[in-house]
Amino acid sequence: MIDLLAYGAFFLTVALSYAVICLGLNLQWGQTGLFNVGIAGFVAIGAYVSALLTTPHTPDRFGGFDLPIVAGWIGAALFTGLATLLVGALTIRLRADYLAIATFGVAVAVQLVLLNLQPLTGGPFGIGYIPRPFASLATDPSAFGFANLALMAAVVLGVYLVLERLVRSPWGRVLRAIREDEAAALALGKNAVSFRLQAFAIGGAIMGLGGALQAHFIGFIAPENYQPTLTFQVWAMLIVGGSGNNRGAILGAVLVWGLWAASAGAVAALFPTDQQARASSLQIVMIGTALCAILLLRPRGLLGEVRTVSRHLLAKPGKPNRKATHADST
Amino acid sequence: MTLQILVDGLIAGAMIGLGAVGITLTYSILRFANFAHGELISWGAYLALAVSSGIGFLSASLTVPLAPFSFGWSLPLGTLVAIALTALLALIVDAVLFGPLRRRRGAVIILVMASFGAALTLRSLLEFIFTSGPRYFTQELQIAIRLGGGARATPDQMLVIAVAALVVVGVHLLLTRSSIGRSMRAVSENQQLAGVAGIDVRAVVRIVWILGAALACIAGVMAGLLVQIRPQMGLDLLLPLFAAAILGGIGSVPGAMLAGLIVGIGEALTVRYVGAEWRAALSFVVLVAILLVRPQGLFGKADR
Repeated sequence: MIDLLAYGAFFLTVALSYAVICLGLNLQWGQTGLFNVGIAGFVAIGAYVSALLTTPHTPDRFGGFDLPIVAGWIGAALFTGLATLLVGALTIRLRADYLAIATFGVAVAVQLVLLNLQPLTGGPFGIGYIPRPFASLATDPSAFGFANLALMAAVVLGVYLVLERLVRSPWGRVLRAIREDEAAALALGKNAVSFRLQAFAIGGAIMGLGGALQAHFIGFIAPENYQPTLTFQVWAMLIVGGSGNNRGAILGAVLVWGLWAASAGAVAALFPTDQQARASSLQIVMIGTALCAILLLRPRGLLGEVRTVSRHLLAKPGKPNRKATHADST
Repeated sequence: MTLQILVDGLIAGAMIGLGAVGITLTYSILRFANFAHGELISWGAYLALAVSSGIGFLSASLTVPLAPFSFGWSLPLGTLVAIALTALLALIVDAVLFGPLRRRRGAVIILVMASFGAALTLRSLLEFIFTSGPRYFTQELQIAIRLGGGARATPDQMLVIAVAALVVVGVHLLLTRSSIGRSMRAVSENQQLAGVAGIDVRAVVRIVWILGAALACIAGVMAGLLVQIRPQMGLDLLLPLFAAAILGGIGSVPGAMLAGLIVGIGEALTVRYVGAEWRAALSFVVLVAILLVRPQGLFGKADR
């Protein structure tokens, strides 16, 4: 029973770390309509920056600055946000698909740097001994697991509240206005390029934070964690949960990660050991088919986008988080 | 030594160019960046492998190498069948996925996302069927021929360059001289107007898929013949393909081929002077440079 609870805590913590990444993607895609195919690259930047900042000094590698974990998180978010800003500045004025191609290129380039720039990234073996939150509790696995789950849940809640606030602010309304009708937004004097760029960079910073959270929870990172499959999983999470809806992003992350973990368990149970690597590719086939099916059959996802209007227009002001349930869905 | 870099670059560039021509055609006529194009390349290679080994199983005499090349008649015959099968695969994906999404007239970017999902599905399916280990069309070893100036190339490599040149000239002539080519260019200029003028837009879309898949299959067979066949081969080629298609200018067939050669030679230079592990970074550098300096590409029209 204790084992089951401990596993549940572990599962939820990982799922919630994906929820952070998914919330970042929701700001980029769900609110602003920017297509990012390089999520794995941005998550990797966050994870590695945080790892370099917080690990103890290592002679054969750059850094190991031994900073507190929180400093690693902040550094990861800032640095990833900056990298995202640069990529966005390059392509955001061009056709929408160019952004997709450029972010795909970023993911490939980041993967190359992780593998080959050994003095900075540790090469194929990655970086180990990343400090874990509540390491002093490690002797008691269930206390350690639940403390980490509580911390991760708190971070997700914080990111969620900040994003909800942003989305309902005038800034968030401009983003959706640009997404729905750029010409009209321009006519109202909104600088579409600048707003898009801001949303893209903030979304990237959140993805970087998500990468850092994962790195510190697992304690070890390597280039193979940041393959296109990661990008794909996060996309599936957002599309399943409902893009444009922050609660959908979190729900989708937990559901898709659950599906993924369950199918991994099924592969391990049903196939002989020598066939498991082969059978696990069926997992990706399944998620890919599910993604395409949802795009075709239920493009709004499970929760779908809710109509958001200024809180000044609603009859009962106050408690901004409950408005979504009152507003009609579009 | 420098001449050898040029030869190596041309060989890699021939494969990249063929794939980029396919991408640029689907991009300019169907109007979305197809992330599943790389998977058509891998499927083309694996289908050719399956069919040619099937042919070799039925008649061993067809596997006897055709001097000076390393393969027998089973490979060219298998490739012809594989081209048809790859085209069929592209048409099926279009009928099931892209067609319904196009008819809904949603944002273009939904198509891009769907192609991304299709790419992962198709790639993982290959991994499931054929496992992730490398495969080869032939086990024969080839001796490189001296070309003068210190450069060497195997007969297979020279054949690849010649076939790529022939195919690109053929596609260019098809687009510029035939009535179907005229219809394709009309649809790429303005789909509604072309429809009003009596062009069967759906037939044009089908032909674009067939043509793109055929080129992808040929590029896949070439890559399989010269390097190896792996489920990841299409994914690894995807960034060079996009870089070449954008560098050449979306919609321009000669541009895509020329840009493919440029990327190929750039990769060969990278391997020589920076290190083989950074080869894939060259495409990213080319992509960033062209987006900064001239986003419409070398031969492209300004943004429509």
